[in-house]
Amino acid sequence: MLIEKIRNGLSKTRNKLQEAFLSVGIFFDKDFEKSVPRLEEILLSSDFGIKATDKIIKRLRERRAECRAKELLIPLLSQILIDILNKAEKKRGEIFPPLTILTVGVNGTGKTTSLAKLAKVFKDRGEKVLLVASDTYRAAGVEQLFLWGKRVGVDVLKSQTGQDPASVAFDAIESALSKGYTAVLIDTAGRIHTKKNLMEELKKIKNVLSKKREDLPQEIFLILDATTGQNALSQVQIFSDTIDVTGIILTKIDGTAKGGIVLAIALELGIPIRYVGIGEGVDDLIVFEPNLFVQSLLEGIVLK
Amino acid sequence: MFDNITARLSEIFRKLGRKAKLSKKDVEKGLKDIRLALLEADVNYKVVKEFIARLEKSATGERVLKSFTPGETLLKVVYEELRDFLSTKKKIEIKADGRPGVVMLIGLQGSGKTTTAVKLANFLRKKGKRSLLVPCDLKRPAAVEQLKIMAEQNNLSFYEIKEKTVVKIGKGALESAKKECLTPVILDTAGRLHIDDVMLEELVQLKKLLSPKEVLLVLDSMTGQDAVNIGLEFQKKVDFDGTVLTKMDGDARGGAALSLKYVTGKPIKLIGTGERPDDLELFHADRMASRILGMGDISTLIERAEEVIDKEEAEEAAKKFKEDRFTLEDFRKQIKMVKKLGPLEKLAGMIPGMKSMGQMDVDDDAIKRIEAIINSMTVDERGNPKVINGSRRKRIAIGSGTTVREVNRLLKDFEMMKKMMKQFSKGKIGFPFPGK
Repeated sequence: MLIEKIRNGLSKTRNKLQEAFLSVGIFFDKDFEKSVPRLEEILLSSDFGIKATDKIIKRLRERRAECRAKELLIPLLSQILIDILNKAEKKRGEIFPPLTILTVGVNGTGKTTSLAKLAKVFKDRGEKVLLVASDTYRAAGVEQLFLWGKRVGVDVLKSQTGQDPASVAFDAIESALSKGYTAVLIDTAGRIHTKKNLMEELKKIKNVLSKKREDLPQEIFLILDATTGQNALSQVQIFSDTIDVTGIILTKIDGTAKGGIVLAIALELGIPIRYVGIGEGVDDLIVFEPNLFVQSLLEGIVLK
Repeated sequence: MFDNITARLSEIFRKLGRKAKLSKKDVEKGLKDIRLALLEADVNYKVVKEFIARLEKSATGERVLKSFTPGETLLKVVYEELRDFLSTKKKIEIKADGRPGVVMLIGLQGSGKTTTAVKLANFLRKKGKRSLLVPCDLKRPAAVEQLKIMAEQNNLSFYEIKEKTVVKIGKGALESAKKECLTPVILDTAGRLHIDDVMLEELVQLKKLLSPKEVLLVLDSMTGQDAVNIGLEFQKKVDFDGTVLTKMDGDARGGAALSLKYVTGKPIKLIGTGERPDDLELFHADRMASRILGMGDISTLIERAEEVIDKEEAEEAAKKFKEDRFTLEDFRKQIKMVKKLGPLEKLAGMIPGMKSMGQMDVDDDAIKRIEAIINSMTVDERGNPKVINGSRRKRIAIGSGTTVREVNRLLKDFEMMKKMMKQFSKGKIGFPFPGK
């Protein structure tokens, strides 16, 4: 069922790729090297970026022997991509409740929406979820999360516009510990990663949590818009330098061929993708699993 | 690792600039590097191809090869091509007149439509227009609320919706604007994917009904390769008159702008440059081109400086520098003037070469502290910092709420700056790039 959902969510992307790969097959019949420029174009136009593209092409060349017929090209490419993504995966230690998650990211990537969907994921698992609105900067940012909470059916800790977000986070943990919430999901205001003072504010939020209990927050998710280009690398780098991002949620992946940037991130920064947003519905956030993801993206693509 | 296009190109031109004569091979190598830099800047690969092809023609011509300063000439050629690529012949304007005029903002989710709507109303107010902000986003929770609050914060007229469909809202807003003599009506539509035909149809309906004179596509400047598809699809299905590039205050390289302009032919009209409701500016192709090339954005800087800087005082300061009479008191005056220019981060991006210096550490707080330190000195100390001994340093630190270390650093930096400025004025150090 899950695989079907992913396949549906990525159907448009897959169709685009199918189109793009058609001409690769034509070249491949003559000479592998002749199909390389076309492959390069496909990767570049999916936001893999020049470095990741070069590395992937290099690996294809190295394993050229495994690829005698064009039917084998897609499976080989899939394997290479899965390997890259798997390498970035990290083992997580045991988690003591409340599981506390902080979502961060630049403006407009979908933090609030993703957090609401994440709340649904945890609620369905039987957790007692507290959503925390600490985006006190954006007009109606708190209101937006509140409406989501209602829609999903979980409690929302409201804050006042202009209130110090670190103090909101503090209140959240206090109330989670005393009222027995098992998952605390904290929304933060969008911020451009080059704004130093805003990044410092994030540190403060994190510190407030770790002071309360050393292992908190267990997760810091960077929310990344799948339409983002190479600037994503800069975003991930600076955010994780500031507060140790533990994983990425890739949003708005339902669309045309894009999102290749996550491969570049996995390759260059080694930060894993944890969830993917594949649609506008409440249930359209799924756990990212490299195998499943790459397969539903590339499976069934035929080189003619 | 994340050297931006600016830094990269600076490096390319620095290398080429050293050579007295360029061979065809040098130019080819340079063009190859430019191609990579543009790709890394998210310029669409097809657009890169065409741009490089155009460059090839002009860059291997006699003008470059036979020039005495081939590196500089090549830079100039690239700059001119880039500028032409980005610019439109017509003067940029936002059509806001009519009874009422209608401006419609469209784009993907999270591109910054709502923020842009408010900034645009503020922008037009400076030109004497009274806008009516209309929330047409019934999809995102609290989107209407967000626009309403921002309208209130900025003293802008807001259309209270009673209607249940976007088309009806548009109609009602038009009536209301007519009655209150407001123009333009600014429609903040819901974000939608460019492949979502059902949602796009809503825009088509809205457009048919209200016939807006200005439909603006709002695009995140961090957008990658898909910018081309976004532009083309919106153009094909809804059509628009120009683009607003948002979040330009980040370190996005803005390659999307180049792609979008190239494939749709639609002018980039406005850029969003910060979080404040006034941070919206007219787009200037020449400034953008020179910014991409690391030539800085001197024209904007000068323009703004002219507004706030006291010319006589500035000349006086320069004179003092030359004569080595520049004191901490003068320094304090300068800081005050610079502060009027706006946040430092923004200024630094406009200065040639600053971007290529890598990770910049400009901090408005630091400036405040420096000011506090100088404020805590006596007039005598400011004129002659040499008298500031240990116990005075301690007193200054306590008085300004800083530390002795910071005071020490300021004094040291001040001495260094004086030395550097002296060399500047003697012409020992040149600016990294030639003027346009």
